[in-house]
Amino acid sequence: MLIYIIKRLLLLPFLLVVFSVIAFLLIQAPPGDFLTSYIAELAASGSSMERAQIDALRALYGLDQPMYLQYFKWVGRILTGDLGVSLDWQRPISQLIGERMGLTLALGLGTFVFTWLIAIPIGIFSATRKYSFFDYFFTVFNYFGVATPTFMTALVLMWIAFKYYGVSVTGLFSAEYIDAPWSWGRVADLLQHLWLPVVILGLDGTARLARVMRANLLDELKKPYMEMARAKGLSEWRLVMKYPVRLALNPLISTIGWYLPLIFSGSVIVATVMNLPTIGPMLLRALISQDMFLAGTIILFYMMLAVVGTLISDILLAWLDPRIRLDEE
Amino acid sequence: MTNQPLLEVRDLQTVFELDEGTVKAVDGVSFDVYSGKVLGIVGESGCGKSVTIKSVLRLIEEPGRIANGAIRFRSKILGNSSNDMIDLVQLPAKGAQLRALRGNEIALIPQEPMAAFSPVHTIGNQLIEVIQLHQPVSDEEAKKIAVTRLKEVGFPNPESAMDRYSWELSGGLRQRAMIGMALTCDPLLLIADEPTTAIDVTTQAQVLSLLRKLQQEHQTSIIFITHDLGVIAQLADDVVVMYLGKVMESGPVDQIFHNPQHPYTRALLRSIPTVHTKNRSRLPTISGSIPHPFQKRTGCPFVARCQEALPQQRCTNQTPVLKAINKHQSVSCFLHEEEVNAC
Repeated sequence: MLIYIIKRLLLLPFLLVVFSVIAFLLIQAPPGDFLTSYIAELAASGSSMERAQIDALRALYGLDQPMYLQYFKWVGRILTGDLGVSLDWQRPISQLIGERMGLTLALGLGTFVFTWLIAIPIGIFSATRKYSFFDYFFTVFNYFGVATPTFMTALVLMWIAFKYYGVSVTGLFSAEYIDAPWSWGRVADLLQHLWLPVVILGLDGTARLARVMRANLLDELKKPYMEMARAKGLSEWRLVMKYPVRLALNPLISTIGWYLPLIFSGSVIVATVMNLPTIGPMLLRALISQDMFLAGTIILFYMMLAVVGTLISDILLAWLDPRIRLDEE
Repeated sequence: MTNQPLLEVRDLQTVFELDEGTVKAVDGVSFDVYSGKVLGIVGESGCGKSVTIKSVLRLIEEPGRIANGAIRFRSKILGNSSNDMIDLVQLPAKGAQLRALRGNEIALIPQEPMAAFSPVHTIGNQLIEVIQLHQPVSDEEAKKIAVTRLKEVGFPNPESAMDRYSWELSGGLRQRAMIGMALTCDPLLLIADEPTTAIDVTTQAQVLSLLRKLQQEHQTSIIFITHDLGVIAQLADDVVVMYLGKVMESGPVDQIFHNPQHPYTRALLRSIPTVHTKNRSRLPTISGSIPHPFQKRTGCPFVARCQEALPQQRCTNQTPVLKAINKHQSVSCFLHEEEVNAC
């Protein structure tokens, strides 16, 4: 197992090279560069820039060089730990991402925990009480969850909160706490705001996860070991939790790692709609304004998370399922 | 005490209510199991042998149900005195009383040990589980009991086997582990559902002799289900021959093999190859196939394939019932009416 993990880790640098090329090509794909969109923006607001000034800026950012040179300069900087400066924000990228990392994590992990806590019990109940009222109720509920786009749910809930309770639920902090230093009051305020996006984002995932859990468990409930466990005298509840639930969870747990990039990227639209200070909306803005270094860094970061996530999945599955663990040896 | 049965099954009827109709998988089956004896239930696939024993364990699941009959068991833990017989049909299927019996006084050896063991729990885990369910022992003691059992069923190194997974073992060892698990609580009645079908013939013989040995040591009663008459001859004291959910004939193993009375039993015995069978000769088979379970049946279930059916549609119009033709043997066939009357 250890050898397997080391092998996978050795593969990582190679993958990162491939990913950096893809990320770079992606951000270079739209026509023009940051300055063309910046000029367009200026033009839209009625001002303009001197030709010489544009050329100076272009030289400053290295945008006038051939693409491969730009790529090597970018990668070279990243390798030395310097993520560069955001053209749009005019601030170091590491600072920009760092600021939003904590809240992004809080939202992502919160959503993840919420999803699993709700979805797994629903899946278990639906499967063990197949075709009961409970099962049908959650089937319908789940289809709503899957079919409704999350930004729609967000808009509706925001409207309801504003119209009937007179509260604005956008952002993650109340006005007085936005720039305040961390304190218990600020944490409490964060939790007060965090639950709504967590629920909105969670509903979508919950619905899917519960359906998968139900289907997995239904398969397991038909297996002969169920009858054997009953013949041993185990109570129904204990045996369901010990054997089929455990086996039905395995394929789900093997997908946990895939949530890692989703935790950071999955909420772009909802976070934009709800004005949440997370990484998602920042990526969107960077892409629109062709802030190539910021966008490239975030995309590269997502790709790395996908690789690490898959590795975590594999390790988790091997750890949980002896059939895989012992096969490797 | 020896004359009193440990288990009495009377007129058991287990039906499955399907959309296409009701299937009477077990249709009025009666038999007795005596302490320390092995009862073999033999029959073709689909004759209701497995459903019969699942009914005894009360493990019939929707859409199946026990429609009629009694399953009386002389339980030590549920009975007030040693002569009490508890009707298992009357107990709630998922209740604590039946759970206390299962795995403890009535244990099951399943058909496919590969599928009956959980692949993600160790053998030891699954043995200790059943021990601690029925005996108030510590983890240490439970582990000791489990190791002793594995040793008893012939594991070369039982300690290390505790940490193994079922799929790491050979087919024979897997079934041995199952037998060990079934015996952990010294059951009064062991139900073996075709325990040797999934393993090869050599291993099969070993497993059977192990079962026989353990049965004699522990004086356990066994219901042994099989479609293999050879296995029955090796192991059973009494035999029940089933066809389409009904008992065709029952009696001591010697009588059944040497003096079969029912045309179906005779046909079954004819189809066993022997050392005297000439090379390249065709093995006699039972012509026709089992009728579809949804077919409405009147008369003897075997009539369509019977070579000795009585004239004037007697066997198609009327249904014979199981009756004693002598002290030991019972037959469900009109051919033996006179003997029944004389009896």
